[in-house]
Amino acid sequence: MTETATNPAETALSEGRLPQIHPARNPGMPLDLDWVARAQANTSAIERRAATLPGRRSVKKAHQAAWLARAITLIDLTTLAGDDTAGRVRRLCAKARHPVRQDILDALGLPPITTGAVCVYHDMVPVAVEALQGSGIPVAAVSTGFPAGLSPFHLRVAEIGESVKAGAAEIDIVISRRHVLTGDWQALYDEMAEFRTACGPAHVKAILATGELGTLRNVAKASLVCMMAGADFIKTSTGKESVNATLPVSLVMIRAIREYQARTGIKIGYKPAGGISKAKDALLYMALMKEELGDDWLKPDLFRFGASSLLGDIERQLEHHVTGQYSASYRHPMA
Amino acid sequence: MTTREIFDSMEYGPAPESASEALDWIAKRGPKFGHFIDGAFTKPGKTFASKNPATGKDLAQITQGTAKDVDAAVSAATKAFPKWAKLSGHQRARHLYALARLLQKHSRLFAVLETLDNGKPIRESRDIDIPLAQRHFYYHAGLAQLRDAECPGYAPLGVCGQVIPWNFPLLMLSWKIAPALAAGNTVVLKPAEYTSLTALLFADICREAGLPPGVVNIVTGDGATGEAIVTHDAIAKIAFTGSTSVGRRIREATAGTGKALTLELGGKSPYIVFEDADIDSAIEGLVDAIWFNQGQVCCAGSRLLVQEGIAEEFHARLKARMDKLRIGDPLDKSIDIGALVDPVQHQAITAMVDANTEGETYRARIDLPDEGCFYPPTLVTGLSPAATLMQEEIFGPVLVSTTFRTPAEAVELANNTRYGLAATLWSENLNLALDIAPKLAAGVVWVNATNLFDAAAGFGGVRESGFGREGGWEGLKAYLKPTAPAKAAAKPTTTDGDTGTDGIDRTAKMYIGGKQARPDSGYSIPVRSPKGKLLGHVGAGNRKDVRNAVEAARAAAGWGRTTGHLRAQILYYIAENLSARADEFAARLRDMTGTSSAKAAAEVDTSIARLFTYAAWADKFEGRAKPVPIRGLALALNEPVGIIGILAPEEAPLLAPISLIAPAIAMGSRVVIAAGESAPLALTDLYQVLDTSDVPGGVVNILTGAHADIAPALAGHLEVDAVWSFSGSGLSALVEKSAAGNLKRTWVNHGKNPDWSDASAEGPRFLEAATEIKTVWVPYGE
Repeated sequence: MTETATNPAETALSEGRLPQIHPARNPGMPLDLDWVARAQANTSAIERRAATLPGRRSVKKAHQAAWLARAITLIDLTTLAGDDTAGRVRRLCAKARHPVRQDILDALGLPPITTGAVCVYHDMVPVAVEALQGSGIPVAAVSTGFPAGLSPFHLRVAEIGESVKAGAAEIDIVISRRHVLTGDWQALYDEMAEFRTACGPAHVKAILATGELGTLRNVAKASLVCMMAGADFIKTSTGKESVNATLPVSLVMIRAIREYQARTGIKIGYKPAGGISKAKDALLYMALMKEELGDDWLKPDLFRFGASSLLGDIERQLEHHVTGQYSASYRHPMA
Repeated sequence: MTTREIFDSMEYGPAPESASEALDWIAKRGPKFGHFIDGAFTKPGKTFASKNPATGKDLAQITQGTAKDVDAAVSAATKAFPKWAKLSGHQRARHLYALARLLQKHSRLFAVLETLDNGKPIRESRDIDIPLAQRHFYYHAGLAQLRDAECPGYAPLGVCGQVIPWNFPLLMLSWKIAPALAAGNTVVLKPAEYTSLTALLFADICREAGLPPGVVNIVTGDGATGEAIVTHDAIAKIAFTGSTSVGRRIREATAGTGKALTLELGGKSPYIVFEDADIDSAIEGLVDAIWFNQGQVCCAGSRLLVQEGIAEEFHARLKARMDKLRIGDPLDKSIDIGALVDPVQHQAITAMVDANTEGETYRARIDLPDEGCFYPPTLVTGLSPAATLMQEEIFGPVLVSTTFRTPAEAVELANNTRYGLAATLWSENLNLALDIAPKLAAGVVWVNATNLFDAAAGFGGVRESGFGREGGWEGLKAYLKPTAPAKAAAKPTTTDGDTGTDGIDRTAKMYIGGKQARPDSGYSIPVRSPKGKLLGHVGAGNRKDVRNAVEAARAAAGWGRTTGHLRAQILYYIAENLSARADEFAARLRDMTGTSSAKAAAEVDTSIARLFTYAAWADKFEGRAKPVPIRGLALALNEPVGIIGILAPEEAPLLAPISLIAPAIAMGSRVVIAAGESAPLALTDLYQVLDTSDVPGGVVNILTGAHADIAPALAGHLEVDAVWSFSGSGLSALVEKSAAGNLKRTWVNHGKNPDWSDASAEGPRFLEAATEIKTVWVPYGE
């Protein structure tokens, strides 16, 4: 049971359906400063859209259960703490393999599922890779002097190489916020392009640290520049800023993704991170992706939640769907 | 569908709001409903079916109100009025507060009932209509509390007849009833025949709130019932929201009856997108502009104007957005677009769109429900301004579009319409946005947003979108009248007498575009003293002179863009020059009216003082920043009305015209004024003063002659924005009727004029008549 194909692509394969076709990686493009200059983001209009979305879409009953199960497959189950140990990371990986009690899945008639990835610091990569062996669950490493990104540049680039060598399939880099704050788009582009090169076959997620970029307009511009420089995913936050993922920020970033796709044909992934801890929030984000980008962004190759406590709330909600009674957190195995 | 299948398909699935409580209420209180008169429901009379447009099924039976029913309601309201009007503001505030609380307590019942009856998505009734209605009653509880202290010199009108449309049934009821009650009036309200149910539920909560019987009366029925209200003798004011054609008929029907009137009518509101806009937000704004309430919104941003350079991309993204809209069961919580209110509407929209042969028509690629009254979101691009769809209100989910090259052209296209309700503009450039907003002919302008409403902010139109404002202090004023004394207007007199003059003949000409002008007719009228002495001649003005004068006023549009300071300087200058010739004007008044020297001198003095008053006001009649519940500004700007036609009274031949001209030009409007018939020479003398006082040509135009000849052309002129009649010739009915053509604002005396020398004949009342309040919403945030 432990080695069963568990992500949706492999599930499809195992059931003799056509495999999910992974989108082409983003080859990037030359920096287009005119495009960057034209980027606009009207804060109050974006806030209005974000504020009314919960009232515009609602997912109920069996649909809600199915959506929440899908949400689990989109989670980058994360631990990024100074007191992480091999034991702690192994526990997290075990939870990633079996995020929901089997009896709940059975009752709902759902297939085995896993989280989208496990996300750790570099030193924990080997432990995680080993613990996830054969599961098909990728290990993501935060990198490049996470979270501030202010260590020497060559070390940041080297850190990527180390993590890839250690088996990380995904690298979450942090950008230099100062390049955004001073409008040095060329510097941001060059930095991102170099990170991308260093990643080699590993997919790269660009963490914008939107809570430190000052304005939504900056978020829009930084999103475009990082995509032009080859980011496979753009991600809101490290989880360490005072403001992390928000719906308005997400709207700006995914609209940038939509525009990039319209221009280049390339689909870029999106990862909101930090502050998404409720099942209700997850549904809202998924509705946002469905509305603004489409169903392709409800799959782990184009959408992830960076979250640590979200899974627990979803487990309780799923049990509620099965029993009709509100659940308790201790009924679900911890990570 | 199994959970497993949904896990793969990731569809939304149904999310229905339950209708059972609302249906229970209908069953319990109805399903056959009578009227609500004098605090109780009447027995149902002859009824018609109220249907759920999403299913076509009958919901309830509604009584067709007869003239007798309207009579009963009006007499209940008349009986209730004195006591209600005499309550303290605080006592009325408590009643309004109770209504607000009950609206809140029963909010979901109201929302579901509204959606059942009207077909709008439950999201809209739940998140927009009902909360705004509650807010309206809370806000007006406050206005009731403050009215006594803040509106001295004003009194309620009496019984108000209110006729409302079907697109926002409860919200429009609130916009009508809350200010009327706050001001101290009683009401007879007729909901639209398609959507009576929430009005009847409201009647139910009026009982629950312990509102005194007769203060609110609800009479249901169709247009015939409305007509019985509009033409009822005992009604003091009509407030109507609905189509421009019906509004025009109401204007004609009420002309000369002395009924106060406010009209909130149709629109073809421009939605301007400049090339520096946040395009995705502007597109999302369109969803809230033209696909809100199925486009059945009088202020819907229905005319898209996109800057040429971004048009192609904008339309492409817009089409993609349209394909994401969800249309269907209005009670489903994930539905964007519900049902049109009635198959009649569906037919009308279909006919209009199908008749169009210009441009390209794009219909959202989405599935429509198999049955029910649904019309797909539609975009028609590449239309010329001449296309019918660009000019006529469609009142459905159909957006029409054209492009512009420059900001100036955007304004020109935006204003190329008979309507003037609302306008939306999108730009990230503050300079551009704040430059364009005042130039748009509209009562409401939204900058980088659309369809924002609040009880504190005035809403209403200019041009054929009607007149009067709802919301805010300005909305309250529409339910009050000044208590200043008025007396019978003097009638023109004709005196026979000699034909020769003592000295060189002086024939006063008319004054048009800053030049003296002979009458087109080639006829002159003698002006004599009361004793028959010939004082001179004036031209017999006719419709051609009116045409020329309005043309001159049109050319002087720049006056509206001058600063208040400059207009003040010019008014002071007029006063200074009048003062220099005070003796001459006093002599003229003496000769024409036979008044005493002292009284003549006093009239000149008061005229000079009045000019000072309006010079003072020119840079002080301030707008307001409305405390609306958003992060942003809602600015109520006092804008000049435009061209004001004035019929001057017979009394006070110098002071009265100055009392009317001065506030108008102080606020930046231009004037075409017909002098009083018996003693026109003081006003014609005045043009020499104007000539020497730097008044630009065309700002003040003076006509002479019989008001009966001038009034029809002046009041009927489609370029004139307002007409004031203080004529002694009893022309109020004619003026109001003629004004129906372009639905210009009217201010007529009904045979009674103010005492022009009294302080009540100057001040804010006159300034308000000389201005239109434009509410400019500017949400901000970076």
